Amino acid sequence: MFTYTIRRLIFAVPTLLVISFVIFALLDLAPNDPLGELPLTIPPEVREQIRAAMGLDQPFLVRYVKWLQQFFINEPLNIFEQLTGWHIGDGNRMRVLSWATRSPVVDLIVQRLPQTLWVVGLAYLFGTLLAIPVGVISAYRQYSIFDQIGTFITMVGYSVPTFFTGVVLIVIFSSYLQWFPSVYDTNLQVRDWSSFLEQLRQMFLPILVLTLYNASQIARFVRASMLDNLSQDYVRTARAKGVKEKAVLLVHVLRNSLIPVVTVIALGVPTIFSGAIITEQIFRVNGLGQLLITAVQGADLPLVQTLTFIFAVLIVLFNLIADVLYGILDPRIRYD
Amino acid sequence: MNRTTMLLAGTVAALTMAGSAAHAERGSDGNLKVLFWQAVSTMNIYLSGGTKEQYASSMVIEPLAGFDEKGNVYPRLAVEVPTLENGGISKDLTTITWKIKPGLKWSDGSAFTADDVVFTWQYCTADGGGCAQKAKFEGVKTVEAVDPTTVKVTFTAAKPYPYTAFVGSLSPIIQKAQFKDCLGIKAPECTAANFGPIGTGPFKVKEFKPNDVITFVVNDNYRDPAKPSFASVTLKGGGDAASAARAVLETGEYDYAWNMQVEPEVLATMLKAGKGTIKTAFGSQVERININLTNPDPKLGDKRSTKEGGPHPAFSDPAVRKALALAIDRDIIVEAGYGAAGKATCNIVPGPDAYVSTKNDAWCLKQDIAAANKLLDDAGWKKGGDGIRAKNGVKLSFLYQTSTNSVRQATQALVKDMWAQIGVSVELRNISASVFFGGDPASPDTFQKFYADLEMYTNNFDGTDPEPYMAQWMCDKAPSPKTGWQGENMPRYCNPEYDKLATELSKTVKLEDRAALVKKLNDMLTEDFVHIPLVYRGQPSAFSNSIVGVKSTGWDSEVWNIADWSRKK
Repeated sequence: MFTYTIRRLIFAVPTLLVISFVIFALLDLAPNDPLGELPLTIPPEVREQIRAAMGLDQPFLVRYVKWLQQFFINEPLNIFEQLTGWHIGDGNRMRVLSWATRSPVVDLIVQRLPQTLWVVGLAYLFGTLLAIPVGVISAYRQYSIFDQIGTFITMVGYSVPTFFTGVVLIVIFSSYLQWFPSVYDTNLQVRDWSSFLEQLRQMFLPILVLTLYNASQIARFVRASMLDNLSQDYVRTARAKGVKEKAVLLVHVLRNSLIPVVTVIALGVPTIFSGAIITEQIFRVNGLGQLLITAVQGADLPLVQTLTFIFAVLIVLFNLIADVLYGILDPRIRYD
Repeated sequence: MNRTTMLLAGTVAALTMAGSAAHAERGSDGNLKVLFWQAVSTMNIYLSGGTKEQYASSMVIEPLAGFDEKGNVYPRLAVEVPTLENGGISKDLTTITWKIKPGLKWSDGSAFTADDVVFTWQYCTADGGGCAQKAKFEGVKTVEAVDPTTVKVTFTAAKPYPYTAFVGSLSPIIQKAQFKDCLGIKAPECTAANFGPIGTGPFKVKEFKPNDVITFVVNDNYRDPAKPSFASVTLKGGGDAASAARAVLETGEYDYAWNMQVEPEVLATMLKAGKGTIKTAFGSQVERININLTNPDPKLGDKRSTKEGGPHPAFSDPAVRKALALAIDRDIIVEAGYGAAGKATCNIVPGPDAYVSTKNDAWCLKQDIAAANKLLDDAGWKKGGDGIRAKNGVKLSFLYQTSTNSVRQATQALVKDMWAQIGVSVELRNISASVFFGGDPASPDTFQKFYADLEMYTNNFDGTDPEPYMAQWMCDKAPSPKTGWQGENMPRYCNPEYDKLATELSKTVKLEDRAALVKKLNDMLTEDFVHIPLVYRGQPSAFSNSIVGVKSTGWDSEVWNIADWSRKK
């Protein structure tokens, strides 16, 4: 298992390099312009100079190699220096700078992480916690009232887009009832009970929207996987042996059913970091999703490149984690 | 606090406050909550150029003089506006001398001196800095500090309109001590300074989260001890225009939201909640349809849409251009897409009032389908079996492009319908704004390349002086492969008469003469049907009913007088 993990990790390096090149090339080919949003009153000569200041006048490969150096050497060194307080070299290294804000991309990401993890991460956690029991009961009591209602709600949650549920909830709970704020305050710091309550209030609506979506998706998987296993021979054997129904369900069936579900959940974790673009935008949570979408709209290529690449790293990593989890959950699977 | 107690408290407060001045004390009105759905990326306007950055930074850093709600230049950091009469502008028009208010202080307590003004010029003109406001310093030879409160700007040639450098929120003064190590290529590296410039304005930056939220607090060293009324400002970014409007007009969570590009009927429903109003500031923005006077035929290859490719097969006939203009009903376009945020216009220069021509309003502002049809009939454009007019094998069938935007697409559909009534068919196309306005010479879809017959967008001019704007329709400003497709003369207009008048404008000093020339140039463009001006666009913003003292301006930052804003008691 250990050697397998090491082998996979080593193999990931060339994969990621290729991915980074493909992203860079695609972004470069896209007919987007970082100056496209500037007022037309800025004359062409000045635009040319702004472009040059961004380094856009250099050839494609030079820019790519520069980004590689900034991302893989300068940024890690910088983090290392900050963590240890040691200084390597003169400390005057070019960092990956965003074009729109002219500030280091990594700082922007660090600033956005908390609200994304709080809102999108919690919604994913709640979604998973809710989905497993709903899926299990739905499958065990197939075609019961619970299953019918559960299936209906999960189908609705799965098929109605978040930009619709989000706006409907704002109109009901913010405009009409005025129970919850429609705008998320990223400046709010939890210091005491009242600010904690305020934080709960502002997280409620976005988390509700995302939990419904996540839970619906995972619950469908759990239900299908449980149904597959419930009709297996080993279940009949267990019951024939006189194993208690609770143990049959939760020990035998659930453990086997979780194998595909774990993959789905593990592969879904990187999407937490990519944020929930639409939901963040609607509630102005301004996390990583909003950062990515504004960067795409403003053609802020260094920011888009770095963010997308970090997502690529996470996806590769969580693929590996899912594979390793397989081995742990299912003793039949051995990689060595 | 429930509603009754709040009302009671309000009444008591109103009674006790009655008779006292509206904003008696600095910082007495608490927090002002502002919503910009286009989030602010930086506080250094010299590195951005965006309108959102301009407005946010104008609360902190100030120019020597600004534009008020009517477009007049008024002194901010200067004692008075230099003119020929008061001797501030030299007789030969090559220098302008600014006197700075004595005793001015930066928000960090240090003294504001003429050196800071000189430094600002050096900062923006340094090599490799990519200063977005460099055009403001065009023609400036030197900027010198005569003494700590006097600055002399010398131009390379006589400058009839010298209120460019250090005038308006696009050209504010930054502190030398803070930015001295940030010249040229080092400019983007000074993140702390770019996010929190030290200024002279009513507020200072407390915390800046790029593309998210900015917290401002009162500048204790602001020159007027009674202002501003608000103790702090929170400027939140993100989301979309409609939900921003809702946050002010319906839920009342915010006091002010900028740029409400929302369908008029949606806004009308929100306004019914009675929590706020929409104020529209008109500047110089005009939505127009440009007519391509050159041939955009793809068969021409490199010569496509250039003078070398020859004139447009249909638009070389002025009757066709005029008929297109006559067939348009501007009122319907305004009503459907702009509401109170737009007015019908036939001018490319819609303001300030002194520059506005009324010469063509009589015939141009109203739709006349019959006259347009007659014009085309007389010119020999006959309707074919498909109802489309043609002459000598040239069909009046055009490609009409614009940027992707729901109002623009609605306008396109309306115009298509109007033109169908005179036997002209158009194919509609919309291109993502970042591509259309991006100006990438490799892309075939930019508004500069104009690989279409007609294109629609909005443009305006900076400040209140239209001189550089009028120069955009000069012959040599036409984009072509030779200029890397740069240039502002999109219709490829070329008229020696126009060039002569535009050159004359750049040498004319007297305001009345300048205004007469601008009107003449404007009328020339309308009467030659170089473009079809459609809508004079304003900038609508939503304000809570409790905010008073707002004077919307389309000529400078919308928050130019935020020091005077206060909350109704």
